[in-house]
Amino acid sequence: MEGLQTVGSALLTLGLVAVAVALSLYERLDLEKEIGVAVVRSFVQLAAIGYVIDFIFGLESIGAVALLLAGMVLFAAWTSARRAGDVPRAFGVVALAVGVAAAATLGLLLALGVIPATARYLIPLGGMVIGNSMNAASLTLTRIRDDVRAQRPKLEAALALGATSRQAVSPILKTALQRALIPLIDATKTTGIIFLPGAMVGMIIAGADPLEAVRLQIVVLYMLLGSVSIAAILVGTLSYHSFFTPSHQIRKGVSAE
Amino acid sequence: MQRPKIEVRGLRYEAGGTEILAGVDALVPAGEVTAVVGASGAGKSTLLRAINRLIEPSSGEVYLDGEPTGLLDPLELRRRVGMVFQIPALFGASVEEALLYGARLAGRSADPVRLLEVVGLNPSMRGRAPEALSVGQQQRVSVARALALEPEALLLDEPTSALDEGARRMIEELVRDLNARLGLTMVIVSHDLSQVERVADRVVLLADGRSAGQWERQAFFSTAGERARRLIAGRL
Repeated sequence: MEGLQTVGSALLTLGLVAVAVALSLYERLDLEKEIGVAVVRSFVQLAAIGYVIDFIFGLESIGAVALLLAGMVLFAAWTSARRAGDVPRAFGVVALAVGVAAAATLGLLLALGVIPATARYLIPLGGMVIGNSMNAASLTLTRIRDDVRAQRPKLEAALALGATSRQAVSPILKTALQRALIPLIDATKTTGIIFLPGAMVGMIIAGADPLEAVRLQIVVLYMLLGSVSIAAILVGTLSYHSFFTPSHQIRKGVSAE
Repeated sequence: MQRPKIEVRGLRYEAGGTEILAGVDALVPAGEVTAVVGASGAGKSTLLRAINRLIEPSSGEVYLDGEPTGLLDPLELRRRVGMVFQIPALFGASVEEALLYGARLAGRSADPVRLLEVVGLNPSMRGRAPEALSVGQQQRVSVARALALEPEALLLDEPTSALDEGARRMIEELVRDLNARLGLTMVIVSHDLSQVERVADRVVLLADGRSAGQWERQAFFSTAGERARRLIAGRL
């Protein structure tokens, strides 16, 4: 435990990053730059959030917690919208989806008294909900975009037979939602056998009772399943409109042709 | 000439800064087969898509039985004016499901056995997976699926360009046969003038997104056939 008290020794784990960079160089994956950016950003962001959380703990204000979570949602929406690039209104769609997913799940946990309304619970759990919902949102959004482009002839065939845009796009939505949810469903199925989830690992290392760690981890898993489903479904239902006109036509510029 | 089933006036369509249709006029008489010919890029497929409003023209008007299609519900319009594409995209686990896709969405019933017979396929195929059929058979299923909605007109966008010689002939015969037996109005896009000679009653020629004339088949081949041939060959 002593070793982890200093930032210096944490930096020694950069050696492991070097392995990833070496692999990228050796296999010409062209990911070195992205890995570098990711490493620097993660360090700066984690250090900053550490201070922010410490500061908010000191404030003991639930308003400050809500503000921080709202900021996380906007940052998640920005990241996801950038990933989805050219999808119109992506930022708004993801912000709404992730925001609703986080509010609904955290709100339910609070209402049921599963967690207390304190910064110590809300910030880390909120971060997990928002992060996972963001990933699901990005996956759903990019998948829909790619499939709408690749399956343009199928969409046109369905529309020409009198299908609404919703009916025409429904097989694409279905695949996108499956792809977004399957990783978490699989992780939930295998949890405890193949890997110990992060929250539980952290609590056990920090000296908590393993059974208490399990209790929290179960809450986390179910919370994530709920929020990721909400986020993916909302993104799917809200975003497909971007590819069609109200007259059930594929929008100009959607095709890669 | 019959009264026009479909009339196109001054149609323009622009996408990505290029004008794909730059003023197209055309008449499609009821109960006839009208071919739209022109070089690739002349705007033939775009014209077809503007007729059933799969795309929205920037200006100009399409009339169906004298009524501007812009005033019709697009879904209803597409049920009245069916479309068959270059590549058949069939939906569903069986031929029967594929046949009934559009009819089911419209809340209508249709008889899959009769539909298969109309397009010259064996009704025993109805339980088979669509992808187990040859492309030519799939194309005939896609014609039958459009017929399931009992359309007043049928648009065919190069329906034989993905098919081999034998399957191509069968689709051409089917077009003639549907026209003769059902009196179905049809518009077929083609860049193959010998096909036009076999199936069409009338010809609309497009060049660079503009109408370059409209003839009855005989008149087209006696007066404009050579010009059209050069136009198409020069651009293919």
